[in-house]
Amino acid sequence: MKVGLFIPCYIDQFYPQVGIATLELLEKLDVQVEFPANQTCCGQPLANSGSEQEAEPAYHHFVDLFHHFDHIVMPSGSCTYHVRKHYDRIEQTAEVQHVRKNTLDLSEFLLDVLNLQSLNARFPYKVGLHQSCHGLRGLRLGPDSEQNLSRPSKIQTLLNMVDGIELVDLSRPDECCGFGGTFAVGEPAISVKMGKDRIADHESKGVEVITAGDMSCLMHLEGIIRRQGKQMKVKHLAEILNGVQL
Amino acid sequence: MIDHAEKAAEFIRDEPRTDWHDESLWFIRHKRDKASQDVPEWEQLRELASGIKDNVLSELDHYLEQFEANALQNGVQVHWATDAAEHNRIVHSILKKHGVSRMVKSKSMLTEECHLNDFLAEQGIEVVDTDLGERIIQLREEPPSHIVLPAIHLKKEEIGALFHEKLQTREGATDPGYLTEAARGHLRQKFVEAQAALTGVNFAIAETGGVVVCTNEGNADMGVHLAPVQIHCMGIEKIIPKAEHLGVFIRLLARSATGQPSTIYTAHHHRPRPGAEMHIVIVDNGRSAQLGRSDFRNSLKCIRCGACMNTCPIYRRSGGHSYGYTIPGPIGSILTPGIDLKAYSDLPFASTLCGSCSDVCPVKINIHEQLFRWRQIIAQEGYLPSGKKRALAWFGKIMARPAWFRFTGKVARLALRILPRPFLYNRFNEWGKARELPEAPRESFQEWYKKNRR
Ligand code: SF4
Repeated sequence: MKVGLFIPCYIDQFYPQVGIATLELLEKLDVQVEFPANQTCCGQPLANSGSEQEAEPAYHHFVDLFHHFDHIVMPSGSCTYHVRKHYDRIEQTAEVQHVRKNTLDLSEFLLDVLNLQSLNARFPYKVGLHQSCHGLRGLRLGPDSEQNLSRPSKIQTLLNMVDGIELVDLSRPDECCGFGGTFAVGEPAISVKMGKDRIADHESKGVEVITAGDMSCLMHLEGIIRRQGKQMKVKHLAEILNGVQL
Repeated sequence: MIDHAEKAAEFIRDEPRTDWHDESLWFIRHKRDKASQDVPEWEQLRELASGIKDNVLSELDHYLEQFEANALQNGVQVHWATDAAEHNRIVHSILKKHGVSRMVKSKSMLTEECHLNDFLAEQGIEVVDTDLGERIIQLREEPPSHIVLPAIHLKKEEIGALFHEKLQTREGATDPGYLTEAARGHLRQKFVEAQAALTGVNFAIAETGGVVVCTNEGNADMGVHLAPVQIHCMGIEKIIPKAEHLGVFIRLLARSATGQPSTIYTAHHHRPRPGAEMHIVIVDNGRSAQLGRSDFRNSLKCIRCGACMNTCPIYRRSGGHSYGYTIPGPIGSILTPGIDLKAYSDLPFASTLCGSCSDVCPVKINIHEQLFRWRQIIAQEGYLPSGKKRALAWFGKIMARPAWFRFTGKVARLALRILPRPFLYNRFNEWGKARELPEAPRESFQEWYKKNRR
């Protein structure tokens, strides 16, 4: 089984430690993982801004880099969703279809492909899980509060394998954080207000660390937390699973 | 042009009020969750409702004709209106024929959409909205901010002050019971005086030619039962094929809207009372154009429950008026671009595409996917702000060229590290107004990988 690792553009540039954690975690689990050079971006920021057409070169570039892997794994529900859902507008060659079908969020890969049952990680903190929308409602990584369907939450399942972790219940378990890509700068007032409200929910439950499957949400929340001089930390799911310490 | 971001920023300036608005609507969303969880087959019901509406939309012409034939048979007078102006003219002509100068009207988003009240006022006809929320905003001379709860943006103190001024209630009174009673007394008089009553329509049954009106206050029924002329105005999409389908929608509607098992009143109107007249006005006003847009046609499935507004984290924090249209929130943002793409080009971007609206919608409209699609059309038609357009074109070029990507990333990180704050945080930096930029690491992941794994 050959696995190609994709590290989303903003993680590559601003949160290399999340990329490193993902890679190390996969290596620890004996996955043959390769990180193809020359990767850029899945094209989502363009498409969500109405410029799908301009994103096409990025789509082709992505498919060229990754089509020969059995699985393409990335620490982002949002980018995964984009590849699976929105690469429908380029010609559906065998390569494109293969890539769309086999691109997985890290949590999907760990549970659905590797069948992971346990982990050697300890994180003795009060943790609040931020359910990133594209993972939750796009990839259906867990149940959302709108639908009356029971499906296990992949991210929670993984976090529960971590020793010492205390996951708190939020009063609004899956409200959007307000990042939304260019929404964050197009509608800054609401974007920030939504982020503040999420943080307040976590704070009221005594959360020490907010985690999520998507670093973009955490980048936005962290930006507000730091501006407000709060002590709370953000850590990507991959970091916690890989045994990060504060 | 609607500038949603600007209006939202204005709304949020009063943060305690924004929190109050958000909480009020979240409370309703929460009630909806509980009510829906009491129905084990909830998701199947949604599927069924969506399927019935798919069928309706694919055979709308047939069902409309069937509906008309049955209504005519029942002695109802049926009128067809291509647009808002024609709708208003038709209603006016009915009223004129009967010499009506005072009409009561229960909640109808269609007549709001057509601006019927203003039109009739110009013709010297007094229209009194009898839904309490509608009456409140009518007295304030402003549009509704929500399709189910038209005055949800107002606090009870504001309603107290309004009633004190307009209905002579006690100064400073804020007790909802007292204020409602005062409104009731005031409306009762209007009901008695009215020479005609107009209602909206929730469902029009093709098989029977009857219309169904759901309210909580019974005001629609009171109006219709007292006045010699009754008029029901409906969009072409209100059709359902058979009476037996009604149960599916009735079970979904009130639960989705307010968390009630059903509305207090569900009135069926099939034929005029002896000696009275019943009219139905069927309105297109852009709906058949929407029906022709394959990506957007199923927005016409909407049963106007308002759940997508209550759940929308943006609507809750920007208020209905920030959308600049009768139907605000997520559903408004996919309907309006079809009405005037340029004027409403901002609305599909007033979303994080979180998808909560689509999952809450009782008829399973893929609202957030349609928002995404409208964005593409808006960009293609050249309605993106020019600065944004340039930035996106630039971004696209970089992302297809790995070397450029690496170079730009390096420069950006370096800039973040070495530039003094005023260079980074200024009026051009929308991100940085209330958020810190990420701390820039010396090494990107790609650089780290090259050193450590190759
Ligand atoms: S789009 Fe769906 S959720 Fe929104 S008002 Fe219409 S039926 Fe209700």
